[in-house]
Amino acid sequence: MIGKDVLGIREMSKEDLLEILDTAGEMKKILVGNKDSDILRGKTVVTIFFEPSTRTRLSFEMAAKYLGAHFGNIETKTSSVVKGESLIDTVRTIEKMKADVIVVRHNMSGAPHLMAKYLDASVINAGDGLNEHPTQALLDLMTIREKKGFFDGLKVVIVGDIVHSRVARSNIWGLQKLGAEVRLVGPATLLPKTFEKLGAKVYYDIDKAVDGVDVVMGLRIQLERQKNGLFPSKDEFSKYFGITEERMGLAKKDAILMHPGPINRNVELTSKAANATYSVIEEQVTNGVAVRMALLKILCERRKSNEISY
Amino acid sequence: MKLVIKDGIVIDGERFNEKADILIENGKIKGIEKRISLNDAISIDAKGKHVFPGFIDMHTHLRQPGFEEKETIKTGTHAAVAGGYTTVACMPNTNPVIDNEIVVEYIKSIAEKEGYCKVIPIGAMTKGMLGEEISEMAKLKDVGIVALSDDGFPIMNSGLMKRIMTYGNMYGLLMITHCEDKMLSGEGVMNNGIISTKIGLRGIPHEAEEVMLARNIILAKSTGAKLHVAHVSTKDSVELIRRAKADGVDITAEVTPHNLCLTEDMVDGFDTNTKAYPPLRTKEDVDALIEGLKDGTIDVIATDHAPHTKDDKKVPYEIAAFGISGIEIAFSVVYTYLVKNGLIAIDDLVKRMSIVPSKLLKLTHGFKIGNDADMTIVDLGKEYTVDVDNFKSKGKNSPFNGQKLYGVVEYTIVNGEIKFKNDGNYRVSNV
Ligand SMILES: [Zn+2]
Repeated sequence: MIGKDVLGIREMSKEDLLEILDTAGEMKKILVGNKDSDILRGKTVVTIFFEPSTRTRLSFEMAAKYLGAHFGNIETKTSSVVKGESLIDTVRTIEKMKADVIVVRHNMSGAPHLMAKYLDASVINAGDGLNEHPTQALLDLMTIREKKGFFDGLKVVIVGDIVHSRVARSNIWGLQKLGAEVRLVGPATLLPKTFEKLGAKVYYDIDKAVDGVDVVMGLRIQLERQKNGLFPSKDEFSKYFGITEERMGLAKKDAILMHPGPINRNVELTSKAANATYSVIEEQVTNGVAVRMALLKILCERRKSNEISY
Repeated sequence: MKLVIKDGIVIDGERFNEKADILIENGKIKGIEKRISLNDAISIDAKGKHVFPGFIDMHTHLRQPGFEEKETIKTGTHAAVAGGYTTVACMPNTNPVIDNEIVVEYIKSIAEKEGYCKVIPIGAMTKGMLGEEISEMAKLKDVGIVALSDDGFPIMNSGLMKRIMTYGNMYGLLMITHCEDKMLSGEGVMNNGIISTKIGLRGIPHEAEEVMLARNIILAKSTGAKLHVAHVSTKDSVELIRRAKADGVDITAEVTPHNLCLTEDMVDGFDTNTKAYPPLRTKEDVDALIEGLKDGTIDVIATDHAPHTKDDKKVPYEIAAFGISGIEIAFSVVYTYLVKNGLIAIDDLVKRMSIVPSKLLKLTHGFKIGNDADMTIVDLGKEYTVDVDNFKSKGKNSPFNGQKLYGVVEYTIVNGEIKFKNDGNYRVSNV
């Protein structure tokens, strides 16, 4: 059962995941309907992003507002925390403003876990360092379930910079818990062999990796990794690890293409592939709002039933 | 003043392993015999307890001068005697750095006034520990330095390291090296491996230690310097040291209690008290370290006592300070994990925490008539639960907090004076 916080997919059970996905399905009805609900009336949701991400933040804001919650947003620079102003102090200040749910994005792994330990408010991890991005994985799972209807035995390949990707980690946990097979492919500098120990199959040849899969999931690659010598050039990356129309042809006939965005066009995916009919990238964005609505609803209900006071 | 320690089991890891009484007079050991009866002496009943030569820690951070909020000579040595230590060698990463005679004299004078045990400063290899110019080693030697280290700041420049070894070796100074290739450790904060992959923390690969160790071995071989490897943590490092010893290199090595007893699994959950350099490694590494200790490849158990403030640790893992506050539980950690599990013998443990470090630091130490009466009395049968709030050290940063350990230090005697006495409830829960 989901507790006070949503910190990662790794801590969740299969039942937790299905509960969230089911609730997200209900929320989607509100979302595509009149977008007007009072499920969260009187509740306050605050987002605090120590690392900029307009898309994710906006998605949470929409989710909170469609459900009738009060919403606040704080943007802050991590550097002030590094300088010694304690992260916990910063967040406690926000809690004093009577927030029920605090959504946090931080560039350091484990930061939301640290906050959750010291706060009465519920904490949702909106991405922590290289560790997890649970809401992204949940929207990916929701999208896959909508398109495929099942997870058992489904073959999913995640392509690109795996080692630095919290999206990849959360998806590895989630997909495996639901019974899917996870393949990983990327240059060896961005995909260490140790990922095999997480239960995934590691490939260094994308053609082999996409062969016969149901889902192809691209990841955003940070171009500054090139400067650090992790890959030689954009061209070389796109040539050997880019997702193209031809490569999509190696996957199952009804395979879908996903990407968490924003896309570096013609690096991770060709424009053609991104715009093709098998691409579900835009639906992922919609489902992102539904999933976040579901989490806010579940956490707030849990708070009510536990009579968590502040 | 005369003091008799009666009926203890006297073990020094060398000559003694028997029940005996010890007579202390004017701060020196006067006699060790089956039975000593004197009317005019104070006596300590050590029946059922063990008497060891005082532990010597050759790797302690006392933080004074410069970082008194983390630790002071007073609190650090208080923690030391609570852990059964009678001498500590303190690392030079203070502010100012221990790279000149004045800081050495300062530390010695504070230790004399406020300290609970003996303090031996370790000099810096380079001025300001900046890794640029070699320090005034001869001057440092004149004020009593016997070892040099830029602990924590490995000398990346191989040419400079060779000059340090060549120059320092003229004076027979021990080169204590923190082996880390910074280019390989990068931004890592924990062991590189399965757990770092799982929880998304950047990893420090074992090669970061081994590459630098291999270089230092090569330079020690060519310069003839006395190389002492600080806090060994990996399987392949143990093998490199083993081979260097066989090869005739003048090399010794130490391991910390935490690297010897804990694995990277503890980092899962982001407890910043598990963050140290070198990081907690794998079970395989731990097994190799124990093997190295058993066959003498690793000579010494040293604490790398690294106290930090709560604020230094109450932050995300990536920016938390590296280090573990460990001096007051070091003995019982190793005793509980290794001796009680039959992995090493108690006299071997005593040897590596007392006799071997005393030799490396050129101290007269141990149970010989005429030596300073530095010893510690331990009740091995007693159990306690680690509670960092009871630490004498200012550093409460211990991954062992809450764990049950065996081996309670009852008395620590320095120069014949009782510097620590367990008051009966200190750190001891229900037995
Ligand atoms: Zn150290």
